Amino acid sequence: MILQALAFYVFAAITVASAAMVVTSRNPVYSVLFLILAFFNAAALFLLIGAEFIAMILVIVYVGAVAVLFLFVVMMLDINLTELREGFLEYFPVGALIGAVLFAELLLGVGIIGSGSTTVAALNAHGPHVAAIDNTRAIGRVLYTQYFYLFQVAGLVLLVAMIGAIVLTLRSRPGVRRQRAGEQINRTKEQAISVVKVPTRGGV
Amino acid sequence: MTIGLGHYLTVAAVLFTMGILGIFLNRKNVIVILMCVELMLLAVNINLVAFSVFQGNVVGQVFAMLVLTVAAAEAAIGLAILVVYFRNRGTIAVEDINAMKG
Repeated sequence: MILQALAFYVFAAITVASAAMVVTSRNPVYSVLFLILAFFNAAALFLLIGAEFIAMILVIVYVGAVAVLFLFVVMMLDINLTELREGFLEYFPVGALIGAVLFAELLLGVGIIGSGSTTVAALNAHGPHVAAIDNTRAIGRVLYTQYFYLFQVAGLVLLVAMIGAIVLTLRSRPGVRRQRAGEQINRTKEQAISVVKVPTRGGV
Repeated sequence: MTIGLGHYLTVAAVLFTMGILGIFLNRKNVIVILMCVELMLLAVNINLVAFSVFQGNVVGQVFAMLVLTVAAAEAAIGLAILVVYFRNRGTIAVEDINAMKG
């Protein structure tokens, strides 16, 4: 039990620290790398609490797809870093103020400070539920039956996002020669060959 | 020394606040703003999964997966818009994105 608590504190501390580095890092490439670290540690937190499937999905989707996409875009675009860093400290006071207010509200809302809500206290007293079946099986049982339409809509959202991203970034550059198979196939003999009557001794 | 629901909710609250603060601090850099939005969605996911486990109800984890899906779609579309914008203007400063005067 003490080991689990220790692991929680380590993973939580690394997650929060790397989130802070994402925010304050000078170079966006470092920001992306710290984002990956934060996702890995959040996945470890999920593993600790007993949600293995979400943890693995988090590593696959976030680290494998989203973070690599970010890294790709950051490295592809030639960004002027000093220009983008302007006004970093200028916005800090108002950002810190709003952040502090929001943080206090969140903690009050879930009842960590103050009298708080009774729901969280009741859930906390009960402790985490030990599942009768393993996590992946439990998710599959509801995802493919009760929430099947939701699952399909999620797939549709991804399809629309994919088509949208392709349509946005596709461009047809002028002056690029490319093969047009349809025109090649539809070419007839009349288009390709012209018969010229050449006079004798006259040349073409 | 047991880790309760409150611990997870605190971590999620800290992450969410970091995301908000990041949006304020990096007002000019759209890429970092998008990353901060991802951080905030991660905080929401931690909340959902923690409540799901402590209630013994797996639906919260299903919802967390849907949030993950939307986050992936949002990142893809956002970065595509960013690439097109950079191609047209040569910069990604947020203040310059006012061509439509909306």
